[in-house]
Amino acid sequence: MKSGGSLSIWFFIGLSLLVNGALILGRGIYELIAPPENRVVLYELHANVWWGGILFVVGVVYTWHFSPARERARMSNS
Amino acid sequence: MKTTLLIVTSLIAPPRLVHLSIVDLVIIVFYFALVLAIGLYLKERANTGEDFFMAGREMTAWVAGLAFLSANLGSLELMGWAGNAYKYGILAAHWYWIGAIPAMLFLALVMMPFYHICKTHSVPGYLKLRFGPGAQALSSISFALMTVLMSGINMYAMAVVMKVVLGWDLNFSILVSSITVAIYVTLGGLRSAIFNEVLQFFLIWAGALLIPIMGLIEAGGWSGLQAKILQNLTELNVPNPGSYTHLWSTLGKFSDNPMGINWAGIVFGLGAVISMGYWTTDFLVIQRVLAAKDLRSAELAPIIGAAFKMMVPFIVILPGLLGLALLRDPQGHLLRLVPADVAWSPDGQAQGLHGYDEVLPLMLARYCGPGLLGLGITALVAGFMSGMAGNVSAFTTVWTYDIYGALINKNASDQSKVKMGRWVTVIGVIVSIGTAYLVMHAQSIMDYVQSLFSFFIAPLFGTVILGMLWKRATPAGGFWGLLAGTLSSVGMYAWVKVDPTAVRYVALSSQAQDQAQNMFRALWCWLICLLVTVVVSLVTQPKPDAELTGLVYGLTPIPNTGNVPLLQRPVFWGAVVAIVFVILQIIFW
Repeated sequence: MKSGGSLSIWFFIGLSLLVNGALILGRGIYELIAPPENRVVLYELHANVWWGGILFVVGVVYTWHFSPARERARMSNS
Repeated sequence: MKTTLLIVTSLIAPPRLVHLSIVDLVIIVFYFALVLAIGLYLKERANTGEDFFMAGREMTAWVAGLAFLSANLGSLELMGWAGNAYKYGILAAHWYWIGAIPAMLFLALVMMPFYHICKTHSVPGYLKLRFGPGAQALSSISFALMTVLMSGINMYAMAVVMKVVLGWDLNFSILVSSITVAIYVTLGGLRSAIFNEVLQFFLIWAGALLIPIMGLIEAGGWSGLQAKILQNLTELNVPNPGSYTHLWSTLGKFSDNPMGINWAGIVFGLGAVISMGYWTTDFLVIQRVLAAKDLRSAELAPIIGAAFKMMVPFIVILPGLLGLALLRDPQGHLLRLVPADVAWSPDGQAQGLHGYDEVLPLMLARYCGPGLLGLGITALVAGFMSGMAGNVSAFTTVWTYDIYGALINKNASDQSKVKMGRWVTVIGVIVSIGTAYLVMHAQSIMDYVQSLFSFFIAPLFGTVILGMLWKRATPAGGFWGLLAGTLSSVGMYAWVKVDPTAVRYVALSSQAQDQAQNMFRALWCWLICLLVTVVVSLVTQPKPDAELTGLVYGLTPIPNTGNVPLLQRPVFWGAVVAIVFVILQIIFW
């Protein structure tokens, strides 16, 4: 679904996942370097690294696929 | 949901459950910035009535379907049902499966053509076309009143939860969240609400899905979880410990399960009446589907919603069950959550007790460190805001079209309706805030209003379904049936309040808990609505067939979808969802 311009709703979702994923992944990598004193249960699985990574990758794919430039190109082709 | 109500009735400030880091705060602030940016971006596309109130009727099936589900997926829904899963076990999943899926498929395949073809703006609008202004006025006034009150109650409840979990000030939570919703709905109307609901849907899953994944790893899978629950509940001398992980096998007798209900209450009260009433006539969710771009999208949207609804127990019910299996106090003893009134009493606070509804935040804090915690909290906030935006946008439409346009200014222009819609959005939020503060000072109101809301749903379903499927139903029959069903529901509720022993008549068992009472009360008032509608219709003059075209089965030409490929047919995907639904019942029998 498009709005007044060329931004798709899926672009906003991709942007949200990308930013949140980057922040969580970044924090996870930092914790690998400097492990915290107070650890959550199953800390050793490093959920923030792989979960943040998944969100980041999905976010990149959505943001790229539904980027304004690609949307404009699709609209002009159709 | 009584535990939900009880937990939010306390103003005592407990020690906060979690502490946020800088990265958590950045994630939360980014979320607020993004939803406001979406509202600003969409303001250009909300100039006509169709744009502002119906999002231009151009939503794809996916967008309408996800918004349809998201509007229902409020944060209290998440936390309340996780708490109910802790309290009642897997029986709580009935509210997501038999209590939703059949109704959503029925809406898609049976009722949606009538809603879509008659081009109504609202459910009360359909009642006006079918039964006349009397039924429209009754349903629109009750819906508008209850929606805005419920919005305020949810706002207050969310603020208290934020205080419990994060230690945030009540006023801060209420004002920041409600002003944000007011801004983006006022700017972009329903389109903005739907855009944000889809975004919120993704955030809810991204923030909550990690809990069951980590929980199942810790518990040793589903079989490990079952074994741990059985062991823990046996240790605590809880009756019927095995019933907490079985969906149907303990519903033969009222006394065999923790809810005090039998299969008839679940199947007929919940599956046939309450869920049908909610998912097919509550305008809060129906409005999203009415915004679909064509009939096929409108039929597919509830089916897409149903497919995801079937998965919601994974992020709501499973964390409650995991809490039963895994939560322990700092000394390593089993942590037994208690009713909110016990947890929030001075004694409960002194002992560090937690209420049922805290199970989801407790599990969140158990597995989620900095960053993930911020995303989890964002999921809860997003859930609240999607629910509130749904309430506000539905209230605005019903007020503008079914009260202002029908009763106050029948000649209102399209532009004046849009202007009215923007003002009513702001006023609706202000009334909601007022309700939140009213509840803060008179908390018993909350219990009554929550119950009142359910009074209207079951009879409304009776009126709408007879209107769609029985052409002989007359305007007088529709009005009096709706009124009789509503009054009988109120009467039964009052009867049990005055004389608690009456529960054995209303719910067929003196052991019936709140949820069981709701099921049976809905069933009786729905039957009364049907009976009165039929009797009055048979003695009054029906509308001529020509006036019922597009509104009633048998008199409405339904577009043929037979030449569409199988994979694009709503009925095919409806069948797929129905088969998965049956398989889930068998797996968890």
